Amino acid sequence: MRGLRRGEPRELDLMAVACLAPSVLYVVLMFVYPFLRGIYLSLRPGKEPVGLSLANYVAFFSDEWQYGTIWITFSLAVPTTIVVVATALFLAYGMRRGIRMERTITTILVLPVSLGVILLSIGIQGFYGTRGWFNQLLVGSGLISEPLRLTNNHTGVMLSLFMQQFPFCFLMLLGYISGIDPTLEKSARTLGAGSWTVFRRVMFPLIAPGLAIAFALVFVMSFAVFPSAILLGQPAGSTRTIAIAAYHQAFEHYDMSYASAIAVIMGLCQLAGLVLIVLVRQRMVLAPTMGVGKR
Amino acid sequence: MSSQLGSLRFRITKRFGAKTVLDDFALTVRGRQFVTLLGPSGCGKSTALNIVAGLIPASDGELWIDDERMDHLPTEKRGFGMVFQNYALFPHMTVYGNVAFGLELQRRPAAEIRDRVQRMLQLVQLPGYEERYPSQLSGGQQQRVAIARALVMHPRLLLLDEPLSNLDAKLRIEMRAEIKRIHARLGLTCIYVTHDQTEALSLSDWVVVMRDGVVMQAGPPQEIYDRPDNVFVADFMGFRNFFPGEVTSAGADGQAEVASGPLRIRGRPRRTLASGEAATAAIRPEDVQVGGEAAAPNRFDGKVEIVEYLGRDNEAVLTLASGTSLWVRTPAHLSPGETVPIAFPPDKVILLAGAAEPRPT
Repeated sequence: MRGLRRGEPRELDLMAVACLAPSVLYVVLMFVYPFLRGIYLSLRPGKEPVGLSLANYVAFFSDEWQYGTIWITFSLAVPTTIVVVATALFLAYGMRRGIRMERTITTILVLPVSLGVILLSIGIQGFYGTRGWFNQLLVGSGLISEPLRLTNNHTGVMLSLFMQQFPFCFLMLLGYISGIDPTLEKSARTLGAGSWTVFRRVMFPLIAPGLAIAFALVFVMSFAVFPSAILLGQPAGSTRTIAIAAYHQAFEHYDMSYASAIAVIMGLCQLAGLVLIVLVRQRMVLAPTMGVGKR
Repeated sequence: MSSQLGSLRFRITKRFGAKTVLDDFALTVRGRQFVTLLGPSGCGKSTALNIVAGLIPASDGELWIDDERMDHLPTEKRGFGMVFQNYALFPHMTVYGNVAFGLELQRRPAAEIRDRVQRMLQLVQLPGYEERYPSQLSGGQQQRVAIARALVMHPRLLLLDEPLSNLDAKLRIEMRAEIKRIHARLGLTCIYVTHDQTEALSLSDWVVVMRDGVVMQAGPPQEIYDRPDNVFVADFMGFRNFFPGEVTSAGADGQAEVASGPLRIRGRPRRTLASGEAATAAIRPEDVQVGGEAAAPNRFDGKVEIVEYLGRDNEAVLTLASGTSLWVRTPAHLSPGETVPIAFPPDKVILLAGAAEPRPT
């Protein structure tokens, strides 16, 4: 291959373009076209649409039953994301230098991923349901008199989301954290830093980029919650998430245009979440770096 | 400038599972002394250093500085500085941030921190680099920052774990001189770990040669270099030719003779050797004379096998009549295939007690 000299304009290499073509085609066919088509569809409401109109969006935001789903979905996704990432961070940080039986523990933690949402949800229903083992144990041991309601509500959906998202997040953070050079920690300790200071001043700023990615992925996946909101929540009430709203329009009312509009709104909400995460991350990471030497 | 210590004493045993990596390894370091732990990888030298720093727990042992027992203190309370092979600078902090880190943790006044960091950067010849990030520095500069970061704390003891091993040959020599200069200037007490004999010899007041967690020899560099105690240390100090055999005569002139197969080799014994005792004669490649008078002792003929041109001189492998290979370093021109007379000056040959052990790697 010809070497590229610095400063020289790059020639358009036909070979490179040809090699790129399949992946570009794939992205266009599988992502760009359906995405743009969805937006277009959402702007053409009714049975025989004429021109473009925002009617679907207006309808969504004037109906509390519809726009309420945004709040419901956030109220499920945000706490789940925070709990998942915090738990995963705590465990992964503790396991960063390896622990005894690490492989076994990791396997157990990761197992839920391989089972699929449906089986997981049925399992949760059986274990945490009002007549499940968990409640029977608590009632039987006399700790509580009435079974706790842990399923068919917010809690049930969040439990299920937690179990689905945690393994991904944990594995990702464990990989990220154990990739950080262990001598950084050693040198911080020889300079007088205790465990907490090591975490706060050295490790956390280095973990922060990975943490932001973890937040983003878990949030986006949780925001799209659908099966567990139906199986473990109240799909017609307190856990009617925005994905359920879109599904209703598409496959019960057969209004693809309205459903597309809801999907676009859902996408925008996820985007807003991501932007927020990026902004917070920038503040968090810059703060300790800029602090030194300027005081 | 640094707070001084009178003496540091430790005795360490470390086992990983069934494997003993340090077997009652004991050392005393006096204040301002520069002690080097020298040995091949896996000899336990780095483990020992990490245990002294408190970064690895010992299986058994103790660590004293003067009358203060230190081995129960966590690393951050010991107040030892440490420099690592891979520099271990905090990548998210500037040079200033890295050097100021420890002082900030001590909540020193801002003016004092600024002053001490500046002076330390002057000392390691990096003034003006405050706002750079470690990724913007060369390896040598990064190691200077790492040294400044450790020294700015005025540590009682500075631990250096192969600090020059990641640098290229030229920079290594420069930094070696730099470390020596800083040690002399600040009157530091140092424990330095390396597998490089040149570093050990040039920097230290005291060298401890280790193998498999055991001290093979300890002493001033000249003594280790000139009078190794055993084949392992001799090999590490550049003796490359070993002739195992037994003592035939212990001469009154301080010399003795070893018979190794058909070869009779005179040399100076490391300690008094009795006739019939197993012993090994050793000589460095550069001490072998090519040519010379016929009457001299230790004269042999060697057939040249391989010659490597090294610039100032040549390194050659010869085969002696006994079939033994001999490494020779000489300015003389040798050509493969020719047979040349060679001689071992008896005062350059050392006679070590015991048979040659399998060559350490």
